Amino acid sequence: MLEIRNLQAAVVEKPILQGIDLVVPDGEIHAIMGPNGSGKSTLAYVLSGRADFAVTGGSVTFDGADLLAMEPEQRAQAGLFLAFQAPVELPGVGNANFLRTALNAVRRARGDEELDAAAFLKLAKAAARSLHMPDDMLKRNVNVGFSGGEKKRNEVLQMAILRPKLAILDETDSGLDIDALRIVGEGVNALRSEKFSALVITHHQRLLDHIVPDRVHVLAHGRIIRSGGAELARELEAQGYAHVIAEAA
Amino acid sequence: MSAVAETLDTVRAVTDGGYKWGFVTDIEMDMAPKGLTDDTVRLISARKQEPEWLLDWRLRAFAAWQAMQEPHWAMLHYPPIDYQDAHYYAAPRTKDGPKSLDEVDPELLRTYEKLGIPLRERAFLAGVEQSNIAVDAVFDSVSVATTFRATLAKSGVIFCPISEAVREHPELVQKYMGSVVPPSDNFFAALNAAVFTDGSFVFIPKGVACPMELSTYFRINARNTGQFERTLIIAEDGASVSYLEGCTAPMRDENQLHAAVVELIAMDDARIKYSTVQNWYPGDAEGRGGIYNFVTKRGVCRGARSKISWTQVETGSAITWKYPSCVLQGDGSVGEFYSVAVTNNRQQADTGTKMIHIGRDTTSTIVSKGISAGRSNNTYRGLVRVLPKAAGARNHTQCDSLLIGDQCGAHTVPYIESRNATARVEHEATTSKIADDQLFYCRQRGLSEEDAVGLIVNGFCREVLKELPMEFAVEAQKLLAVSLEGSVG
Repeated sequence: MLEIRNLQAAVVEKPILQGIDLVVPDGEIHAIMGPNGSGKSTLAYVLSGRADFAVTGGSVTFDGADLLAMEPEQRAQAGLFLAFQAPVELPGVGNANFLRTALNAVRRARGDEELDAAAFLKLAKAAARSLHMPDDMLKRNVNVGFSGGEKKRNEVLQMAILRPKLAILDETDSGLDIDALRIVGEGVNALRSEKFSALVITHHQRLLDHIVPDRVHVLAHGRIIRSGGAELARELEAQGYAHVIAEAA
Repeated sequence: MSAVAETLDTVRAVTDGGYKWGFVTDIEMDMAPKGLTDDTVRLISARKQEPEWLLDWRLRAFAAWQAMQEPHWAMLHYPPIDYQDAHYYAAPRTKDGPKSLDEVDPELLRTYEKLGIPLRERAFLAGVEQSNIAVDAVFDSVSVATTFRATLAKSGVIFCPISEAVREHPELVQKYMGSVVPPSDNFFAALNAAVFTDGSFVFIPKGVACPMELSTYFRINARNTGQFERTLIIAEDGASVSYLEGCTAPMRDENQLHAAVVELIAMDDARIKYSTVQNWYPGDAEGRGGIYNFVTKRGVCRGARSKISWTQVETGSAITWKYPSCVLQGDGSVGEFYSVAVTNNRQQADTGTKMIHIGRDTTSTIVSKGISAGRSNNTYRGLVRVLPKAAGARNHTQCDSLLIGDQCGAHTVPYIESRNATARVEHEATTSKIADDQLFYCRQRGLSEEDAVGLIVNGFCREVLKELPMEFAVEAQKLLAVSLEGSVG
């Protein structure tokens, strides 16, 4: 369970998050929607521990542990996964090698046995197939020369292999065509269980047709100004953010 | 069993067994007095029971050296070296093995643990104190030669310490030694020729593909000594060999000089692959101590269609001055240089290659990956020279630099001289930094910062590492990660 209390964060002394309160119970998928500059991505980065963002107040607990006190890799090892809005290229680093190193780091932290190359490859190929991705995606260098859509799908592949407890999807739908959108949705839905939760950050309602959220929150000016069920996303799509923001003000 | 595993086993056995193999160099258990004079040269030659011709050769080299100036054109800064303030001969003792592991600096122990070198060898590598000179730099090459002699002899391959080759195969040594790097070639080569103590000798006869990889593990151990080994590899027509060398040294506050010479000779259709993982002690974080590594390595592709390939992973030494080169004399001969040079803390490396195209249709490939961290400086210096008769010569050079942090330097100094209009010479260079977003991406997936740096650096070096024999590649990957520890954050 993720519990965010009065979270405040700044970038270069400019306040971005101005008191976020949010609880994501296990098994639930919550969508965060909001206009550009509302602080959606900042929330994703603060939760995953990126150093450029300074937490200036509030607290976050993840399964009872103080998330903000943990290093980024400790958060990942605890089961937090961020699907990046702009996945990073790692020249010369094979995708399979990268993923196996990551998976084994996570498994080690959990006290599980590490997987050897053969066992990993079997698992990775199965995951790739379930996401309709060609095997050769595993052989290529991490995100190097990938199209925008391939990069996003590679994030979902990593998520499928690492099997996090909490996934944060930062605008994973941007730049995806309809088919890719459906595949991403399937990837997330396949992980759905009582032990899995997700924060789906998006501008648009269309991803939420594939990943039906339990709750939808509207973020504006660094605060959650409104929360509701899946129908809220459709309302936003129909009426626009300005309307909801004006109503909340 | 692989050569590397065998080397480790031999080391283990020797450490266990009170050096029962002894040292093939047949040297006394002593140290020459400090200083460098004609007498030092005579003493070394006498200790090694050398023939008169070799003593003369040494003395001529010494005379040449005395007339030469230490070169200072490299981008290296260090206090003047007092050549009189070192021992030029340090022979191992055969009793009193290494002291217990408890007395060895734990930092060093940890380092070797990370490298996956077994405990027994670690005891060997961690060395011993000053008064007990238990191991010699040539130690490993001697034991490997001993181990493989019978197997290799069946194919006619000679692999032995060069001091033994002087006695057993004087005609080969006289014919080839100094034929690629003459004693007067440069200041450090002249010094080496005067005082070299050991090294490896490899001879692959006509048409023979050496049945196993040959490996030498160099070790500087004694205090206040310099190390001057000399390696000579000859591949006759159609012969081929892959040779590996590794090097380590104990941590000491003073600087120690290492000035080696390596000569390779490839005849018609011969192939020599020479791989190095250089891990001399680099000095501490403040730049105290470490090896001064001034090495002359050169191969000549004497025969048509011959090929010499250098692969080096340079992580150690306080100072590295090293330009493994190929003289492409035979028509259609091929030279290759694949290099990874890592500098951290206060290390300085000025390294690269020379490709001298003499024959027609000669080709050379240079791939250099420089990684700078801490407050280090890393320079690629390379020469591609195409002589008038080298019609159709081709070279491709790629120099990539990776910076970690903002206090280090990366420099690329390519020299291109073409005197044949049909030659094609290409040079590409890039400089990049490990980006914060790359590190964060890896860490978000659960990797520690150090593992992330290791992964990114290994990715950066992949083109070079894939040229290494398998076991060395694994060792080199670990070494890269260890060398860069503490370089971020």
